Amino acid sequence: MIVRQVRPSSVGWTPPTNAFVQMRRDMESLLEQFTGVAGDRPMSGVFPPMNVSEDRDHYYVRALIPGVDAAKLDVSVVNQTIAVSGTRQSAEERGVSYHRRERAEGAFSRSVTLPGSFDGERVDAKYVDGVLTLTLPKHEAAKPRRVIVQTS
Amino acid sequence: MATERTQELQTRGPREIATTTEGTRPGVLLTPPVDIFEDVDAITVLADMPGVKPGHLTIDLHEGVLTITGHAQSQDGSNEVAVALEYPAGTFQRSFTLSEAIDQGRIQATLRHGVLRLRLPKAEQAKPRQIKIQSD
Repeated sequence: MIVRQVRPSSVGWTPPTNAFVQMRRDMESLLEQFTGVAGDRPMSGVFPPMNVSEDRDHYYVRALIPGVDAAKLDVSVVNQTIAVSGTRQSAEERGVSYHRRERAEGAFSRSVTLPGSFDGERVDAKYVDGVLTLTLPKHEAAKPRRVIVQTS
Repeated sequence: MATERTQELQTRGPREIATTTEGTRPGVLLTPPVDIFEDVDAITVLADMPGVKPGHLTIDLHEGVLTITGHAQSQDGSNEVAVALEYPAGTFQRSFTLSEAIDQGRIQATLRHGVLRLRLPKAEQAKPRQIKIQSD
């Protein structure tokens, strides 16, 4: 499992749900808002980082997975959960000396549960510029409905 | 074999850059993780910059300072509302000081699947040369 470590000095992995990690992240994002500069911290401590968004008809899940073959990405759906897994391996460089090695390698797997139901049969997956975008059509029940308020 | 390091690359974090100048684009500056390795002929830099298109990438080598800047454009549609965000959209930037002469005319850069591969060939005078030791 890849653990994204952008900062070489940080030791080990702490669960992102840890209260201190959460507090530190909150403080850092507060500072970011003032200064506009992101610190050299791991984005979320897990790989790949994912963003989830929605519009009226779809959910969108985007994952930053730079440098993998689209054929080696595995996306699966169970109920309201979508799982992404794969392996990131860069070609072995021979006869070189490394100055820095920060890019994580290995197998990764992540799943995300969406707040509403979607049609698992019609999930669209695209891998462009190292970003995996999944488009999930919402079921009718998950779409917002307008309720008309009646007066007597 | 050129297993010996002929130089050290020093990072200059985005925090430092931001205090001297201000970016023209809004959004946060992100540090891309990099691999840097060296062989006899060249120094190669690999940088993870997901979401950056070739047109939004600039590579600058000026007075021994290599700066990579890539703007990751948001792929969100206009009506999308965030549910959960783990990564910000922003600009990837990182600078390195190179103590070695680089043949600027032969720099190669490729961007594939969000990974930049930058090959910086060493200038002739910077290549290691075997020096014969004479004994009596």
